[in-house]
Amino acid sequence: MATAASRTTNPLLLGLIVAVVAFVVSARRTEAPWAKGFKAYLWFGLIIIGTRLAFRLLLDGQYGAHVLFRLPELALPSVAAGVRIGGAVSVEGLLAAFYDGLRLATLLICLGAANVLANPKRLLKSVPGALHEVGVALTVALTMAPQLVESAQRIRKARRLRGELGRRTHFFAEVLVPVMTDALDRSLLLAAAMDSRGYGRTAHVPPRTRRLTGTLVLAGLIGVCIGIYGLLDGSSPWTLGVPMLAVGLVAAGIGFFIGGQRVQRSRYRPDPWLLAEWGVSAIGILVATTMFAAAVRNPTGLNPSLQPLQWPALPLLPTLAILLGALPAWIAPPPVRS
Amino acid sequence: MIRFEQVSVTYPEAQHRTLSDVDLHIEEGELCLVVGKTGVGKSTLLGAINGLVPHFTGGTLSGRVTVNGRDTSSHPPRELADLIGVVGQDPLAGFVTDTVEEELAYAMEQLAIDPAVMRKRVEETLDLLGIAELRNRPIRSLSGGQQQRVAIGSVLTAHPRVLVLDEPTSALDPTASEEVLAAITRLVHDLGVTVVIAEHRLERVAQYCDRVIYLHGDGTVASGPPAEVLAHSSVAPPVVRLGRLAGWSPLPLSVRDARREAVDLREELQQLASPAVPASPAAPSAEPELSGSPELSGRRVTVRYGNIVAVSKADIDLASGQIVALMGRNGSGKSSLLWALQGSGARESGSVRVQGQDPSTLSPSQARALVGLVPQTPTDLLYLATVQAECTQADQDSQQPAGTCAGLLDRILSGIDPQAHPRDLSEGQKLALVLAIQLSASPRVLLLDEPTRGLDYSAKEHLTQLLKELAAAGHAIVVSTHDVEFVASTADRVLVMAEGEILADGPTADVVLASPAFAPQVAKILHPAPFLTVEEVATALGSKP
Repeated sequence: MATAASRTTNPLLLGLIVAVVAFVVSARRTEAPWAKGFKAYLWFGLIIIGTRLAFRLLLDGQYGAHVLFRLPELALPSVAAGVRIGGAVSVEGLLAAFYDGLRLATLLICLGAANVLANPKRLLKSVPGALHEVGVALTVALTMAPQLVESAQRIRKARRLRGELGRRTHFFAEVLVPVMTDALDRSLLLAAAMDSRGYGRTAHVPPRTRRLTGTLVLAGLIGVCIGIYGLLDGSSPWTLGVPMLAVGLVAAGIGFFIGGQRVQRSRYRPDPWLLAEWGVSAIGILVATTMFAAAVRNPTGLNPSLQPLQWPALPLLPTLAILLGALPAWIAPPPVRS
Repeated sequence: MIRFEQVSVTYPEAQHRTLSDVDLHIEEGELCLVVGKTGVGKSTLLGAINGLVPHFTGGTLSGRVTVNGRDTSSHPPRELADLIGVVGQDPLAGFVTDTVEEELAYAMEQLAIDPAVMRKRVEETLDLLGIAELRNRPIRSLSGGQQQRVAIGSVLTAHPRVLVLDEPTSALDPTASEEVLAAITRLVHDLGVTVVIAEHRLERVAQYCDRVIYLHGDGTVASGPPAEVLAHSSVAPPVVRLGRLAGWSPLPLSVRDARREAVDLREELQQLASPAVPASPAAPSAEPELSGSPELSGRRVTVRYGNIVAVSKADIDLASGQIVALMGRNGSGKSSLLWALQGSGARESGSVRVQGQDPSTLSPSQARALVGLVPQTPTDLLYLATVQAECTQADQDSQQPAGTCAGLLDRILSGIDPQAHPRDLSEGQKLALVLAIQLSASPRVLLLDEPTRGLDYSAKEHLTQLLKELAAAGHAIVVSTHDVEFVASTADRVLVMAEGEILADGPTADVVLASPAFAPQVAKILHPAPFLTVEEVATALGSKP
């Protein structure tokens, strides 16, 4: 979905994407702590749009014929020629900013939805023993996130007991210091608990192999990241996206393989990769490819023109593709509710 | 099974050694209790067994610790995971996964145990600890007792030969800790697991254990049969102190043994108590006269979080000079009630009046001057780098002359280094500091949420004395606690809560004697003579002509 969103600035399509994503999330969300963050992502999206608009208002409003209103213009020294603060604000400029912000926000919301739906700890189960320290750190971090929120709430409540509201200057010291010390204490305890329960029993891996696996996996993951960026960013050349992704996947794969051979660990009820999983992934790819195809065939439908101003049309093919994206709400297994 | 040879542990920046030249041998299948005051190194001793000390905590360990022949210096904790299971004080801090079943399987996954075997062991463990109905529940939604049993289960699935438990019941109510202890004793008897357990409230465990390791406080330890070691230790459960007082030998460790010994004592006390009812120490608690209007009065106080009603229509009156104990299961609404009374917590309906005002409508600093609350984790209130800075800040906040808070702190507990970092203080010292900070606003009503957690016997005694002094000075005090013995020696009145409602409200002796779950040991031993504490018995015997 994120890939699809990056190809268009059509507000109708983007709105549709957000709606579909929200629908899937609400249908297939679990009650786990990480699943509660979707609202935060939505808010974050709104903030992005707001910021984008505000900057456009202040900095570079004039662009296009339909001037809405004029802000007092600041006279800048000639060094800053080309930068204007204040001045005329046009409909076109605002709309362009709005579309742009909306695209960014939709991207974020899509990624957020993936975060909300997937259990990060399940992913961590597959971290090979060669990355032992990284694994500990990640698990601790993931467990800490909800606990941080919890202790921040507790401590904010406790602040009132000392009769301290209104003294804003101390806020950071008062809340952050206890929260951080709390988090540090807890993470040490958790790491100790993981260790004493046998996490990372791979003491017999020779250090050279360990380093090799570590490097391979990390380099691979970085490659994957760059590759995904290349794919998502429509402006960068194809040559960056696909090959980097492939190279990264291969390197990471080799690293995981070598590392995995040394790990003495078994899996309790491993997550099976079944029809439903295939279905969900297939739909994701299908939506993305359709959007790509549509972008090649009909660029104006996806990027509505601002000059002259016109109401954006709703092109048929991409709409259908996005609606397809709602299917996982039925395909994916329903979460276990307690 | 576990062998310590000339073990010394030194932490950097410590003035003296935490453990010095410890020689210990714990046999297979023993239930071994580690006792001592706070901060004498109980956790260090436990940590040394599986190598967390020094592999994880730092510090220097000299000598040798071997478990089943494996030396901890060459085996880090993860290489001992199949042999030793460790459960920490706060089970929640040690959970790695999200659901009960996954948590039970986690250790086995790390040990590369065959999936079929894993499934079988998970089922066995669920049954053994009686948590089968919880298997799919998210761990965070469980009660304290359930979490503690899951934590024990999660290390048991690896079939360890040794189980190390650091204060497993410190946060639990009497019933939940019975559950946990029952599970532990069953492990020892049925499976022959060696258990090493640290505990402050000896009255809960002393009767079950085969060996007591007593830490003197200077790094040395004494180890031996419980009756022998406890006869001379500075920490002892009420049953042992009663035994010492009555001169019984061998010392009884359980209520049952003590009752058999106490036949004569009971008769003697019965005779003493019956004519001298007004003079008996239990008498002052009988009816504290509610002179004038109460300091705090709450009417139909209701607290609700979403769909959950935490406190339902609670009526409460607090009189000046009275210490009220608030008891009840974990999650019965004690904390919510205290927070609502202070005015900082949520309150859906009902009214709270303190000196004619509702603290929730006042500004925080005004509310604080009416009702002071010491929360469950007192360190939440501390954020400055030194004790002195905290005190100065407290004086400013409550607009008191400089030195008020420091003076209070000195009266509560003298000898705290003003330059020390609050986080480095012992539990008792932290509590004293927060108490001093809250008292510096001179509130008439003082609420304490589980202050006895992590306190040893002497710190609790100190707290009892302090609260009595404060009550005598006219404060109205509420203490929520699970500690029956503490209630017996401290409180005038007891409130029992369940499911958000106040079930019982009455003088300590009446409420506490009414149900076995809340009865202190002395009362159980001397029933039907109405004595709650060893001190009462001592005064009664002392007044004997």
